[in-house]
Amino acid sequence: MYKYDEYDHSIVASRVEEFRDQVQRRLAGQITEDQFKPLRLMNGLYLQLHAYMLRVAVPYGTLDSRQMRMLAHIARKYDRDYGHFTTRQNIQYNWIKLEDAPDILADLASVEMHAIQTSGNCIRNISSDQYAGAAADELTDPRPWAELLRQWSTFHPEFSYLPRKFKIAVIAADEDRAAMRLHDIGIQIVEQDGVLGAKVFVGGGMGRTPMIAPEIKGFVPIEDLLSYLEACLRVYNRYGRRDNIYKARIKILVHEIGADSYRAQVEDEFVEVKKLGIDPPKAEFDRIAAHFADPAFETGLSDEIDRSDPDFAVWLDQNTVAHKQPGYAIVNISLKPAGGIPGDASSAQIDLMADIAEQYGFDELRVTHAQNIVLPHVKKADLYTIWQQLTEAGLAEANLDLISDIIACPGLDYCSLANARSIPVAQKIATRFADLGRQRELGELKLKISGCINACGHHHAGHIGILGVDRKGTENYQLLLGGSGAEDTSLGQITGPGFSEDGIVDAIEKATDVYLAQRGEGERFLDTYRRIGMAPFKEAIYG
Amino acid sequence: MKILTGNDLASGDVTWWTGDSWSRHVEEAIDVADQGEAIAQAEEGARRVNAPYVIDATQTPEGPRPAHIKDRIRALGPTVRPDLTLKPADPAAGSWVI
Repeated sequence: MYKYDEYDHSIVASRVEEFRDQVQRRLAGQITEDQFKPLRLMNGLYLQLHAYMLRVAVPYGTLDSRQMRMLAHIARKYDRDYGHFTTRQNIQYNWIKLEDAPDILADLASVEMHAIQTSGNCIRNISSDQYAGAAADELTDPRPWAELLRQWSTFHPEFSYLPRKFKIAVIAADEDRAAMRLHDIGIQIVEQDGVLGAKVFVGGGMGRTPMIAPEIKGFVPIEDLLSYLEACLRVYNRYGRRDNIYKARIKILVHEIGADSYRAQVEDEFVEVKKLGIDPPKAEFDRIAAHFADPAFETGLSDEIDRSDPDFAVWLDQNTVAHKQPGYAIVNISLKPAGGIPGDASSAQIDLMADIAEQYGFDELRVTHAQNIVLPHVKKADLYTIWQQLTEAGLAEANLDLISDIIACPGLDYCSLANARSIPVAQKIATRFADLGRQRELGELKLKISGCINACGHHHAGHIGILGVDRKGTENYQLLLGGSGAEDTSLGQITGPGFSEDGIVDAIEKATDVYLAQRGEGERFLDTYRRIGMAPFKEAIYG
Repeated sequence: MKILTGNDLASGDVTWWTGDSWSRHVEEAIDVADQGEAIAQAEEGARRVNAPYVIDATQTPEGPRPAHIKDRIRALGPTVRPDLTLKPADPAAGSWVI
């Protein structure tokens, strides 16, 4: 875990006091809402459908138990006893009072957290692989580079007023668990001839114009990474479409001028940037990386697990993942109980997850972009005890990557941008497919729901995606098939006319029936769709 | 009818213009006819409301019903958390939204 140094403490504490003053001036009428709005947004405070909403940054999704307990404390003291984990590995609170916001930020600062870079046209919170540092398949832990990018991007004077918001993901495994190519910049740490470097993708994103980021550079020597990214941002900052909010993201720029032209300009800029000497000396990078050293794993542990409890065995198979260290496992805690609200957790549940992490998991937790929580380092010998505790708290749904493990944005129940509700649709689908045996028969099936074209629910990247739209004042739901946010990134295609809330659930059931009838050996839903195409699904859904 | 809504500056709560003050209950909203913008400007200037705007609504025996579902959800609360709505004891309250 990264620990703040004196600079981190100082800038976060200063920001809290600055915002306290801004809030006081707003409440006293010394500044207008037009003047105040950009200031509150720079501190993660939105005005949403029912109240102010505070989005708290969880850098690359990593937390310790002290921080997790603070999230529970904030939910209890300042909100309505729950928080909502988001698709960008953050957490948001839906019922915040403006007058409380400075105190909340002060509480967060006391555990080395903040709400900076969770809004506005800046480089947003850096996201990463939720299994970083634990996965058996990773080249190296990507988080030191994510942390380096956090430090580089925080309050970067040149990039605080970009044409539009800017999202960066860093991974270091061939399996992409962070939807890397659907970010403005996606970085994969790679090795070439024994030398570490970065493969850089630029111009991906979802929203109203979804695009998969093209590869801009196959190998950037790791000691040049910051300079190369600075060059990428500079070209965007210079030519991004500030005149049109719908064309302001970097994906539009890269698409319009072409990847080759963009790449050439970045290369030219890189030559100039490299002279500035912004890449950190190795000693500074090593200082950061030391924070992410492996915990003190025990050696010689057995990989044997007592599977005699059938419910535990199902959870074990579904929600745990191979760890790089023998005798350990990665645990996924599903925040998708049948009929529940995806990503929501009560303060008691948040506290419990913190307790388990502290007692059994080297004090570490991760937030996933799929709105679940991960305990990255757990002894296999402790899994049964952990499962029992999670079960008691309603946190042991054995549905990771199954049809009920739905990503859903807050939708029209909470969000002022939304056109339709997302959560009730997620609940109906989860209820329709509540039988776990049926879900497991369907296998890996990533279902993602957005309540508007902004795509916070990642509907473009769902094996099955749902987009809520407003049709003459009535909620309507479009169905998409064939998307993926993994290493086989693809964008879903719309099946045809939209559906009512109940109709979309029926349509999904018909689509899964087609899959079950036509799947080949070992095929996932997505594989079958890619092999047989849209036509059989359309026939079943509309025929 | 036209009704005026916004958020309380300090708490962020959804509020409705009643003719002389702001209420958290849409049932108490009044028809502002063509005066909505002027009232909004004066009230926002006095910091009694934040981000006010005028919406269409229908008068019903129970009071004004906002024309758009978004404002009906604002008026009641999240449909997926009846316990957090303004009518937690009324399990049928959500049907008013839909």
